[in-house]
Amino acid sequence: MPDVPMKATPEAATLKATQPAVPVPVDERPDSGPAPGKPRSLWSDAWHDLRRKPSFLISAGLILLFLTIAAFPGLFTDASPRDGDLTQFYLQKPQLTHFFSPEWLGYDAQGRSIYARIIHGTRASIIIGLTVTAIVFVLGSLVGMLAGYFGGWVDTVLSRVVDTFMGIPFLLGAMVILVSFDVRGPMVISLALAVLGWTTIARVMRGSVIQVKQADYVQAARSLGAGTSRILLRHILPNAIAPVIVVAMIALGGYISAEATLSYLGIGLADPAVSWGGDINFGKDSIRVASHVLIFPSIMLSATILAFLMMGDAVRDALDPKLR
Amino acid sequence: MGRYVVRRLLQMIPVFIGATLLVFLMMYALPGDPVRALWGERSVDEAQIAAMKADLGLDLPLWQQYLNYLLGLFRGDFGTQIASGRPVIDVITSALPATLRLTALAFLITVVLGVGLGVIAGLRRGGKTDRAILFVTLLFISVPVFVIGYLYQVFFAHNLGWARPTVQDPTAWSQLLLPALVLASLSLAYVARLTRTSVAENKRADYMRTARAKGLTGRRAVSVHLMRNSLIPVVTFLGVDIGNLMAGAIVTEGIFNVNGIGSAVYRALSYREGATVVGIVTFMILVYLVVTLLVDLLYAVLDPRIRYA
Repeated sequence: MPDVPMKATPEAATLKATQPAVPVPVDERPDSGPAPGKPRSLWSDAWHDLRRKPSFLISAGLILLFLTIAAFPGLFTDASPRDGDLTQFYLQKPQLTHFFSPEWLGYDAQGRSIYARIIHGTRASIIIGLTVTAIVFVLGSLVGMLAGYFGGWVDTVLSRVVDTFMGIPFLLGAMVILVSFDVRGPMVISLALAVLGWTTIARVMRGSVIQVKQADYVQAARSLGAGTSRILLRHILPNAIAPVIVVAMIALGGYISAEATLSYLGIGLADPAVSWGGDINFGKDSIRVASHVLIFPSIMLSATILAFLMMGDAVRDALDPKLR
Repeated sequence: MGRYVVRRLLQMIPVFIGATLLVFLMMYALPGDPVRALWGERSVDEAQIAAMKADLGLDLPLWQQYLNYLLGLFRGDFGTQIASGRPVIDVITSALPATLRLTALAFLITVVLGVGLGVIAGLRRGGKTDRAILFVTLLFISVPVFVIGYLYQVFFAHNLGWARPTVQDPTAWSQLLLPALVLASLSLAYVARLTRTSVAENKRADYMRTARAKGLTGRRAVSVHLMRNSLIPVVTFLGVDIGNLMAGAIVTEGIFNVNGIGSAVYRALSYREGATVVGIVTFMILVYLVVTLLVDLLYAVLDPRIRYA
């Protein structure tokens, strides 16, 4: 992701498939848990670690909160994000003791409640983040798996296609796609980001599959007569997917940031849609007299991105036996 | 080595053609007619429009337009702006110095601070310093660049008065420092975290134990043995990052009012100046491809086990 916002997340990319690929025999595991003799899978091992990790719990809590806000903004505020009252509320300062009331975080230059706006702006960011990640995950994994498993000319062709899309600057490319649309809804923005973003996942998946396909259990399955699709879906995919999931989780934060950047530049969501990026753009004009118009959407945006990054970091550490 | 470079150059050709073709198609799928737009509200003379289109080669089928564009590139012709008739290469060369200076300064900050912090954190993995560096870099990654930009502008320029809020003279390094810090913040955080992971992993390697056992001082073991091995993944990232920094300049140059490539491409996008956008993006793709090639060659220098036949 990159990225401005979007760059290939380098750390996550260094998590190679070797680590999660081969199930470690129980007696070699440093912390083999309560039931000796009963091998735990990589994921239950990771879950065992994650449950006691503060950074995971905090990020999971935050993500749950943001998902709830995105799904039911009405639970958090009754005020409308679009109604402005210029006579009373022009750039009114926050009333920090009036919790959860429309005036809590102040009003913007059109007299709209900032609290209502950041609550109602959550949905767009979350939807775009999740949609881009879903598309990228499916497309990238598919291409990466085919390139890594079949090798040869399939790999050559697919890798050149990946290189081609990687050569286009992420944010700039998305801007070029988006200016040609007059109406830019969440789906259009998601597609524009996904078209340019899937290559990171494809590369990680390819590397991961190349390492997994040489494992003994894949050879064993093949010599027992398993077909290509069975080997790919039952043996390779489950063992190669871990690093891809970590990269996707960290990338989700990057996509939310990219969407906000586009909306900030005026090439993403626009009025009447409520978005944090658009509000930050709006707030920059009054930054010296009323910084709250810029600060509060920025805090929501950064907290959301932070939550997904922390989650990805925690899951990566839990999946990486080298760090145990 | 020579043969490897030739092979890599040959591999770059389809990638370059593919990437420019994609951008070309995206841009020319834009609704609206840039030539007709020149007339604005005035009555339109169809014959004049047709003549002008023929002059610019816009009456040809799209594939032929692209072919002409590609052939022009070999002569250093990046296309012509429709409204002003100015060659796009002129736009690039007049905007480039400011962006290059900004990017170079940001790159320097990224390398010095990023690698420095990463090594400190990696050597003290799990300690308080490590945790502080991890937290700060995580913040830098989660706060989007445009927010950091305005925060720095308000704090350093308006409140403290240490810097000018906008860049008046892009040849003055002192004025570029604040925008460069903003531009570097994201890369810096990535580089620090990447270096940290790499250093922490290599610190436990056998060769480090050997280095200590044969009596090397800690400083020498770290600076000669550990650094050389740990920097390989960092160099890859730094290479790709030069392209990212140039593209990220769109946001930073806008905030600090720097007249560079980023501002030029943003202006061209808002006026739907297709030729300029395609020209500048082509230029960025070229930079990206050349830098990735250089990084691959640099591997061999850092890791003598890698030899290109």
